[in-house]
Amino acid sequence: MIERDQVLHVARLGRLKLSEEEVERMALELSSVLDHIEKIGELQLDGVEPTSHVLPLENVLRDDVPRASLPRDRALAEAPEPAGGGFGVPSPGGEG
Amino acid sequence: MAARASDEALSLTAAAAVERIAAGELSGAELFDLYRERAGNEDLGAFLWLSEAAADVPADAPLGGVPLAVKDVFCVEGVPSTAGSRILHGYRPPYTATAVERLAAAGAPMLGKTNMDEFAMGSSNENSAYGPVANPWDRERVPGGSSGGSAAAVAAGLAPWAIGTDTGGSVRQPASLCGIVGLKPTYGAVSRYGMIAFASSLDQCGPLTRDVTDAALLFRHMVGCDPCDSTSLDYPAEVPLPTAERLDGVRFGAPPELTGEGIEPGVLEVFNRVRTTIEELGGEVEDIALPHTAHGLAAYYVLAPAEASANLSRYDGVRYGMRAGDGDLLSLYEETRAEGFGDEVKRRIMLGTYALSSGYYEAYYGRAQRVRTKIAEDFRAAFERVDLVLTPTSPSVAFRLGERTSDPLSMYLSDYCAVPMSLAGIPAISIPGGLSDGLPVGIQLAGPAFSEPRILDAAHALERAVGFTGEPWRA
Repeated sequence: MIERDQVLHVARLGRLKLSEEEVERMALELSSVLDHIEKIGELQLDGVEPTSHVLPLENVLRDDVPRASLPRDRALAEAPEPAGGGFGVPSPGGEG
Repeated sequence: MAARASDEALSLTAAAAVERIAAGELSGAELFDLYRERAGNEDLGAFLWLSEAAADVPADAPLGGVPLAVKDVFCVEGVPSTAGSRILHGYRPPYTATAVERLAAAGAPMLGKTNMDEFAMGSSNENSAYGPVANPWDRERVPGGSSGGSAAAVAAGLAPWAIGTDTGGSVRQPASLCGIVGLKPTYGAVSRYGMIAFASSLDQCGPLTRDVTDAALLFRHMVGCDPCDSTSLDYPAEVPLPTAERLDGVRFGAPPELTGEGIEPGVLEVFNRVRTTIEELGGEVEDIALPHTAHGLAAYYVLAPAEASANLSRYDGVRYGMRAGDGDLLSLYEETRAEGFGDEVKRRIMLGTYALSSGYYEAYYGRAQRVRTKIAEDFRAAFERVDLVLTPTSPSVAFRLGERTSDPLSMYLSDYCAVPMSLAGIPAISIPGGLSDGLPVGIQLAGPAFSEPRILDAAHALERAVGFTGEPWRA
């Protein structure tokens, strides 16, 4: 069972503001899904390599050839509040 | 065009339309207009946006101008691309997804953007911020998801063919529930560039079509390495159009784990009938164990949300999409995401963040990655004995709108048979196997990596023998 405190902690990590109702509902829903997920705890998996990716790929470096990138005005065109030729954000320190 | 001639043009499969166009008996522009009109009058909720006119089709383009419905998860330059989310309302990307660009260059201009579960998370299309989609077989029922709009559009004859994306069944399951063909390619076969990311190690673009030949034809023009997607690969050879009519010597494995408990009786009945049909066509069906696939769903619901929680961190109200908050940086992030994301997306972000959080990482994410290894090994072992794995695509037929929205796990179970193939990165197709109480049942064929030509051939032979003629829009 996921506790209310855990829900709030995880929501903070995920930068999600949840309403009171959402916090309660999320605790129940996550608990029910995690109950199902915890079945994988029954499997014997010692010595099994983890798979993060299915392809047997190795990194290959491409040639470093300069090419045009997205022009600044196009990159900023969809920004909700562009500022001074960049993406506008509030000061991390709060107001001002 | 006279009414009868236009009905006739709309009834053509995409491959048949391509032939007519090549023979000069039909023009791509004419066909586009017919579909544009039909799609403009739809009331299923399948489309979110329609092109006013067809993009220019190169003169000798092999697909001749047969229009394509595109899931709204694909970025298209200057065209609203929302991934079914409020957070991207009105977003018009500055570039176009490689798959869409390749198909347009091959002569399949975009007809419009189709509805979908938000960020491709869902199995019923009910998680779209822009409303649900009705299943053309029964408007009280869901079309499946997350590519629900694409599946409904093809099933209802609003588009000749469509593309969608499949992370854990999102092409195959809606194809199954709507009575059409859906192919999830080998991971890496099709570029993911410009596909709004859900779970990057699983996401793959695939065709949704009226028949198997159309799926092969569309797939042929989607594949290939793309410098913009480092996980894309060159397809080993040109994808042939399927011709098989028999299944002599083809060995099928039916895993008890995915063909027994939890599968609806009506679905099992159709599955067993198809099994008999395979034997009548000269194929052999044997039971084959895939012991870890029973844990596929559990592993998937760790891995996919974990990847999603990282991928979706980019929606923060800074570079694109909506913005909320009261002027403080943290509230900008938290409130933009609170207002912009729907319930299911929030659930998955929570689940993924939890699974990756300190103290839980190994118990969830680490174990799930090991289960993924075991599932891939199960398939490898199976393919030493059989050519293809045979299962129902989904445990049930289309369910009622609203039936599963309050119980996330019951919704997730709809992808129980489709998720293992995604985890293993192998290709799988869903084709209609018949009806259960008047609703379509999909049959899934899966093979080793890059075995699409073999899968398509077997599916072609089976499709002919099954003789599924369901076309709800003609009724």
